[in-house]
Amino acid sequence: MAYETPGGAGGTVRGGGGTRAGGRARPLHRLTGADRAVVAAMVVVPTLFVVLLVWLPALASVLLSFTSWNGIGGLDEIEWIGVTNYVDVATIYPPFWPAVQHNAIWLVFLFLGPTVLGVFLAVLLDKEVRGSRFYQTALYMPVVLSLALIGFVWQLIYSRDQGLLNAALGTQIDWYGDPGVNLWAVLVATGWRHTGYIMLLYLAGLKGVDHSLREAAAVDGSGEVSTFFRIILPVMRPINLIVIVVVVIESLRAFDLVWVINRGRNGLELIAALVTSNVVGEASRIGFGSAMATIMLLISSVFIAIYLRVVLREER
Amino acid sequence: MTRSQTEAEYLARLVPSSVAATLGRRTVLKGALGAGSLVGLSGLLAACGGDSGDGGGAGSTTVSLGSNESGTTFADQRQAMADAFLEATGTTVAINAVDHNTFQENINTYLQGNPDDVFSWFAGFRMRFFAEQGLIGEISDVWPLEGIPDSFQEASTGNDGGQYFVPQSYYPWAVFHRKSMFDEGGYSQPTTLDELVSLCDQMQADGLVPIAFGDSDGWPAMGTFDMLNMRINGFDYHIALMAGEESWESSEVKSVFEQWRDLLPYHQPDALGRTWQEAAQTLQQRQAGLYILGTFVNEQFPDDEDDLDFFTFPEIDSAIGAAAIDAPIDGFCMAADPDNAEGAKEFLAYLASPEAAAAAATTGLPFIAANTDADTSEYSAIQQKSVELVGEAENIAQFLDRDTRPDFASTVIIPAFQQFIGNPDDIGGLTKSIQEQKVSIFGS
Repeated sequence: MAYETPGGAGGTVRGGGGTRAGGRARPLHRLTGADRAVVAAMVVVPTLFVVLLVWLPALASVLLSFTSWNGIGGLDEIEWIGVTNYVDVATIYPPFWPAVQHNAIWLVFLFLGPTVLGVFLAVLLDKEVRGSRFYQTALYMPVVLSLALIGFVWQLIYSRDQGLLNAALGTQIDWYGDPGVNLWAVLVATGWRHTGYIMLLYLAGLKGVDHSLREAAAVDGSGEVSTFFRIILPVMRPINLIVIVVVVIESLRAFDLVWVINRGRNGLELIAALVTSNVVGEASRIGFGSAMATIMLLISSVFIAIYLRVVLREER
Repeated sequence: MTRSQTEAEYLARLVPSSVAATLGRRTVLKGALGAGSLVGLSGLLAACGGDSGDGGGAGSTTVSLGSNESGTTFADQRQAMADAFLEATGTTVAINAVDHNTFQENINTYLQGNPDDVFSWFAGFRMRFFAEQGLIGEISDVWPLEGIPDSFQEASTGNDGGQYFVPQSYYPWAVFHRKSMFDEGGYSQPTTLDELVSLCDQMQADGLVPIAFGDSDGWPAMGTFDMLNMRINGFDYHIALMAGEESWESSEVKSVFEQWRDLLPYHQPDALGRTWQEAAQTLQQRQAGLYILGTFVNEQFPDDEDDLDFFTFPEIDSAIGAAAIDAPIDGFCMAADPDNAEGAKEFLAYLASPEAAAAAATTGLPFIAANTDADTSEYSAIQQKSVELVGEAENIAQFLDRDTRPDFASTVIIPAFQQFIGNPDDIGGLTKSIQEQKVSIFGS
């Protein structure tokens, strides 16, 4: 979903010059009533859905974050307590700051590790090496598996007493339980999946690059590496943006894997997991969880703002 | 429960159900909800006694049961009980089975939506919490139940003194071991802390892990805390602490953590990455000597359950003794606004009866019935012994996450205990952090 937007935006960039130059605004006035109705519906219906399903719940979360409510009873049960939840989150809730830190580590790791590796693999596979279909399938396979299943698969590998890794290495490392190690163990498991995802995204982009560009570069005597960095990478700008957006989204909403392993505790704290453990379940701390959800929303907004700036500047 | 209420309830029961049905369930329920209103209820019933005849709705022959067991032995047992109930009374029980964890996570929405007439739940604070919010129907007129001990009635009672729960089965927590390993090693069951420590030393010398331990799920460590707190500070203090009435920064709580810290070296290392099943496997594979868990540990001993034995956690302070145990009680509640209140109450009374236990036992795997009149001849040796243990216990706690607020247990206690297991030396900082969060959650 996320990566359709810049593609569409890219399209308007190219078409944009023409529309603006010609005085083609007039046909709009000749729309029949039915056309207008269709256009109106196409604008109003999605807007309604977005407002109802995205903006209202988000706003409700923000409002709830200033309250104390256990999720039971009517709205009259809600008690306004100001910024207490935020103060508590920041001062007396021990898992919060580790969670922020882990989300940041997650982001940096995904960028430097699996994303770069995925791009590299895509470039290799684009060379039409023998059996590239097989490699594609093999590398993409983890993406098809649900993260819950991935958690289980890696549990078999990481288990301290019965796991493959300790048996193979002859060690007794507590991969999932040692808070100094488990984040990295989980990152490897996530990276295993993320690499395939980025590889496929990038490969699809590479297939779309005009061959004559490479030939022209080759004629000019450019080597493989400099062709990639000087020609292909700039041409792939829309795809690069998509990849960056995907990585940011993936690391902000990272949740499933740590939830499956230990519900995001003991070294695996992530903001999304903390929100869930506070909001879901019996006698929930809705307000407290909402405060963390709001903080997450704010962090996301920063990235959304940067992204929109880049896209809008490109359109100009 | 006072004598007069019982009589009123007895009289109310004499009125035929068809008459009660004409009242409309809301009236009956409202009557039942007010404290001491049972006399009023029977009065109402008597007043309406004239116009019997036009019968209740068709709904009165079906009771719906929301079950938190699906595809398990318990699910089979519940089906067997429903079948037997249909045979005995002609009332159909429609079971709406949901996976255990899903049921628990959705309990808030479930109870506020359109819950089944009867639903499976737990005794203790978790029941009282919802009862106080008005999400569970009062069923004091179902009580007293013949064969159910007083301690179980206490665990079924809400903060207002009325009953909101019927107990069906329970499973005590204890220290498990293999009989054959005790024979080989010449070990004997300890009754005091000193004996436990010397047993652990002996096992360590024999190359065993003294106490198997896995806390990846977060809750097994609560069992250890409960035992230590009840042995060091007594049952009443434990319950008050769970209810949020005592400070977690008190010297009492600190002494529990200190004792626990001293025992941790005897526990299996790296517990935080290990599930309880993996920890049980180390006992099963004879690498560990002891394991503190509930009787469900037998799941990991499919072939040699007969070799399992247990003892209650030994005494630490002779003034307090070792007569308090954790024995979580599973049972059933009635929805606050059931479609078929009469049928629901009849079914609830049945669920706590020896007949229900007998019906469940026809599946080949009986549960440990809360009802002391239930037939125990089908029980395994562990189950027989569990009955004795609970019979001898003076006080029964429900387990930490059932005795305190669930949000406190899951968002504060689990991370705190895991932090303690990883770093047992900062008891001061740990208890301070728990106390700060406790105040924020409990509001005092």
